[in-house]
Order: sequence, then C-alpha cells, then structure tokens
Amino acid sequence: MGEHAVEVEGLVRKFGDLTAVDGISFTVERGEVFGFLGPNGAGKTTTINMLCTLLSPTAGKAMVDGFDVVKNKREVRQRIGLVFQDPSLDDRLTANENLDFHAVVYAVPHAVREKRKRELLETVDLLDRADDLVITFSGGMKRRLEIARGLLHHPRVLFLDEPTIGLDPQTRKYIWDYIGDLKRREDITIFLTTHYMEEAEHCDRIAIIDHGKIIALDTSENLKNMVGGDIIRIKTDDDARAEELLKERFGVNILEDRDCLCFEVERGEEFIPRLFHDFDVSIQSISLHRPTLDDVFLKLTGREIRDEEADGLMEMRRMVTRVRPPFAR
Amino acid sequence: MGALEEKAVELKGEAAALPAGRKSSGMRWAMRGIYIIWVREFKRFWRDRARRIGGFAQPIMYLALLGVGMQSAFKVFGGGDVPYIKFMFPGILGLTVLFTSVFSAISIIWDREFGFLKEVLVSPVPRSSVALGKIIGGSTTALIQGAIFLILAFTPWVYGFSLDTLWKVLAVIPLIVLMSLSLTSLGVAVAARMTSMEGFPILMNFLLMPMFFLSGAFFPLQGLPRWMDVLTKIDPLTYGVDALRGIMLKGLDLAAGAPGNLAQFAAWFKDPEILRIGLGKGYPDPSSLSALARQASLPVQAHPLWMDVLVMVGFGVFLFTLALWQFNRAE
Repeated sequence: MGEHAVEVEGLVRKFGDLTAVDGISFTVERGEVFGFLGPNGAGKTTTINMLCTLLSPTAGKAMVDGFDVVKNKREVRQRIGLVFQDPSLDDRLTANENLDFHAVVYAVPHAVREKRKRELLETVDLLDRADDLVITFSGGMKRRLEIARGLLHHPRVLFLDEPTIGLDPQTRKYIWDYIGDLKRREDITIFLTTHYMEEAEHCDRIAIIDHGKIIALDTSENLKNMVGGDIIRIKTDDDARAEELLKERFGVNILEDRDCLCFEVERGEEFIPRLFHDFDVSIQSISLHRPTLDDVFLKLTGREIRDEEADGLMEMRRMVTRVRPPFAR
Repeated sequence: MGALEEKAVELKGEAAALPAGRKSSGMRWAMRGIYIIWVREFKRFWRDRARRIGGFAQPIMYLALLGVGMQSAFKVFGGGDVPYIKFMFPGILGLTVLFTSVFSAISIIWDREFGFLKEVLVSPVPRSSVALGKIIGGSTTALIQGAIFLILAFTPWVYGFSLDTLWKVLAVIPLIVLMSLSLTSLGVAVAARMTSMEGFPILMNFLLMPMFFLSGAFFPLQGLPRWMDVLTKIDPLTYGVDALRGIMLKGLDLAAGAPGNLAQFAAWFKDPEILRIGLGKGYPDPSSLSALARQASLPVQAHPLWMDVLVMVGFGVFLFTLALWQFNRAE
C-alpha cells in the first residue's frame, strides 16, 4: 500500500434507498491528472466527498497517499487540497486573510507562509488583489484564489470538484492553463471531476462514471478509439457518382445517405488530402468529425451528457438564495 | 543575510511544510482551530459597522424609551423607591447579551450557505474545536456589546459616576462571560444542523422572546400566576438577569446583606418567610411579611447570588455539551 496516490476498492455510498456510488474501484498514480467524467448526479461529488473524509463510505475502502480515509482522517486531511464545486471562501475577509486562515488550520509553518502565499498568488494572478475583500472578486478570481488556497499547505493530492463550473469560456481556459502549469511545477497528483467532455481531455486518464458505476477507464485517446474512426461528410455535385467512386477507389462504406455522403475512415486528416488528389466529382463541402468523449459516452450508455440547461437553472436558483439579505443582525 | 543562507532557510521551511514533517498532537490542532476561528469571528464582527452600531443603539433605545416611559407605571405597581431605569438596566444588559450571543451562531448557517464551513470541516482541526472557536468568538462579541453598554451605567440617569458603580460593573463582567458562553452554546446547538437562513431567526425569536419576557428583565416576577411562575423558573435567563440585577442594585457588598453571603444565609433560618424567598419560591405579598422579610423582598433579586450562578453554570454546561454534540453530528 502507498505506492499509489489514491486507491479505491469496492467503494459504496448509499443515501437511504439511493445508491449514489455503487462499488467503484480504481487507482490513481502519483503525478497523474485523473478525471472523473459523468453527468450530474452520477456520483462524482459523492466520491470526492468520501475521498476527502467529508462523507463516510457505506462499504469499501479508500486510501489517499497511503492513508485510510476512515481510520486516518487527519492524516488524509493534511495531505489533500480541495477546491469545491461551490465557492468556500469567506468573502468578508481579504484574499490574504483567507490564505492566512488556511495556513493556520493546516499548520503551515510561519517561516514558509509568506513566501508560499506570494508565490501562489502570483501563479493565479491575484498578487495585486491580495488585500482586497473577496466579496469584490469575480467568479473566476474566486476560483483561482481557491486553487491557490488548496495548494498552500503543499498537498500531495489536489481534488478539484468541477473546477470550471459556472465560469465563462475564457476563464475556463485560464483555469486549465493553471492546472497544466501546476502539474509541471508541483510534485502533485490531481484528481478532478467534470461533466464537460472537452475538459476531460486535459486529463492523463479518465474514468467515465454513470449511475454510480465506472463504465470505462482509460486515456482519452484509447477511449475514443473504442468508438471507431473519424467521420467524414461530403457534399458533391453528383452524389451517386461520388458514392461509386468512394467505394471503388477508397473502399469505404457509406453510412447514411440523405443529403450528403457520410463515411468512417481511420485517419481523417490524412484521408482528406488523398481524396482531393484523386477525385473526379467536384466537392461542394467537406467536414471531418473526430470522435469525442461525448461519442464514447453515447456509445457506452446510449445517452448524451446533456444537462447544461438544468445546470444553468440550478445556478440561478443558487444565486437567488444567495442575494437574499440576512434577516438577523 | 547572504543569498546562500536565504536559500538554506527557504529549504528548511519547505521541508517543514511537507505533510510528512508535520507531527503535532490533537490538542495542538484543536488550539489552532479555536484560535483562528475566534479571530475570524471577531474580525467579521468588527468589520460590520451595522452590527456594531445596531448592537449599541438598540439597548440605548430600550433604555431611553422604555425606561422613561415605564417609570411612572412601575411606581404605581409597587416598585417602591427603586427607579425603573435602575431596575431595568440589568435587564437590558441581559437582553443585549442574550441576542448578541444567540444570533452570533447564525454565522454557522451563513458559513454553510456560503460554503466556508466546508473549508473548516475538511481541515485537520478537530470538529469540536470549530464549535468551541465559534462559541468563544460569539461570546467575545457579546461581551464587547455588554461592556460597551455597561459604560452607560456611569451616567447620572442610571447609577451615576462613582467608585461604587465601577465595582459593580467589574463584578458583573464575569457573569456576562458565563451568560454569553452558555447562550452562544444554545445558538450553536440550534444552528449546528440547520440549513435555513430564514428559519433560524424565526425559530430563535420564538425561543428568545419568551425567554426574555419571562426573565424579569422588564418587570419584577412578582405575584405571577402559577404556570407563568413555573416558566420563569425554567428560563435560564431569569437567573442571569436576577444575578445582574442583584449586583447592580445591591452590590457584592457583604454588609449590605446581599444574598449569597453568610449573614443572609443565617437570616433564612431565622425567618421561614425569607427562606421561602431565598429558595426561589417566588415573591410573597409584601404586606404579609415581617419587616426583615419585606426588606429582602423588594423586587430586586428573587434568588441568592450563589444559586443564580450555580443554575447558570448548570445550564451553561448542559448547553455547551449540547452544542458540541450537535455540531459533531452535523453533516
């Protein structure tokens, strides 16, 4: 035990009749960026909450950095950094004060505290806002500050629960740049969850989770290979002739034939030049679709991860409860 | 400092910061938690100008409006020569401590709503130290509010500027500490597992208003119907207000015959009427009493000081245990 950053075996968590996590097992190697991908309600956050000792498992076993999450809670807590799905900063304190609070509860020695704080604030581009109240920060800034805070005590494993949820595309890109940067600079393992397919691509390995079960676990490349090759769609002046030519010369199978020709090839980007070089029918348009993790999920479950709308609604509801002023003094 | 030395210090620091290098006992983790949570509570209080001003203005308002307004009525109803404002001052003090203490616990619900509680709960500090930090933090704010209000005691309309007032004020402070600790515990116990920010004030007002009215803060607990008399006895605040009033009006001066001293104790056994009062059986009808008893039955103090303190400590321990238990159970 202990060679892996995270080791999970037969982990189960039930809430009454509902089984949120249904006997999952996996290991995360040290230094890896490991992603948990699945729709909302698949059991991602429940898993993270168990790994970070916030929730006790109904059954099974989980070790983080060699320590049992049930028996050695404090050891685990000292070794992990967390960035939650929802903000967890004190917005009436400044960025600096939030970091100070964290430094004390994680016993970061005085000697390194200031230097570490500066270094992290610099990494997340917040050094000039260090003494501003967090309440004045944008969503993206808050998330960045949380990432900095999660790293303050030199954790061995950093858990990021939906690190980019509710952020605009530009900020999302920034966050991913930071995470990439982090992987290079710190000797750290990153465990993250997301329901954005594109974002899961940033991970070294991805576990696809649905209804509390891991249905696939591999690199993004291998997962996509499961689905098959690239899909090319072309429109021509003479589809019938084109279809004939394609079958004859390139030996491809036409998949569907409505208003365009659609077929699957091994390497689309290499196929297209060959096609142009040796094709008599004039082509009106051409498109190449590489399989995405969406396709993988679709193939594995028969469903698409489509909960963006529901998500937006939840976010709005959260905002509404949040802006309501406190009633008491 | 040379660059090399600097580097050395840096490296040493880095090594010390590594998780494996961190070894400290549970006690030290607990102290860390209590300390920083207390600091944070205090900072938040201090930064909130509305809370500071409101907390001070409200008791003044009660004191000025009710104190003056009720003065005449109080005389009519047998308050005797004790001016109502003097009678009521300790009551308002109790009110200030009560509300500040209990409502400081709303920060737990607030923290849960805004996610900060998670940051605390997932940290290596033990949970009970979080609750403890909250209780001490809330009590500190209540103590500050109480202390600010106590300055008013020196004004000529209340007790006047004298050494006597100073001694009384100093004697009252430990009581305020005791009261605020147990009342904040009450708040924490209720807030620990609550998720509704709107529900807390409603529930608390439902609980605090009767506590407050039954405590004898505004009127002497004299000649009440039996059911109400019973309720006043189970109200922890009754004993707080009673003790505060006893000290503020009679002082801790032994010669003045303040309850709780030996002379008083002896007097009970001489006169069964006083014993009855002393044991907290309520106020008798003044006309039926002996002279000695009549003096003791002024609507000043229903119970001897030691009894007040004992009951308060009892309630405090109970509420404190309840708060820790509830907080540990919270998800």
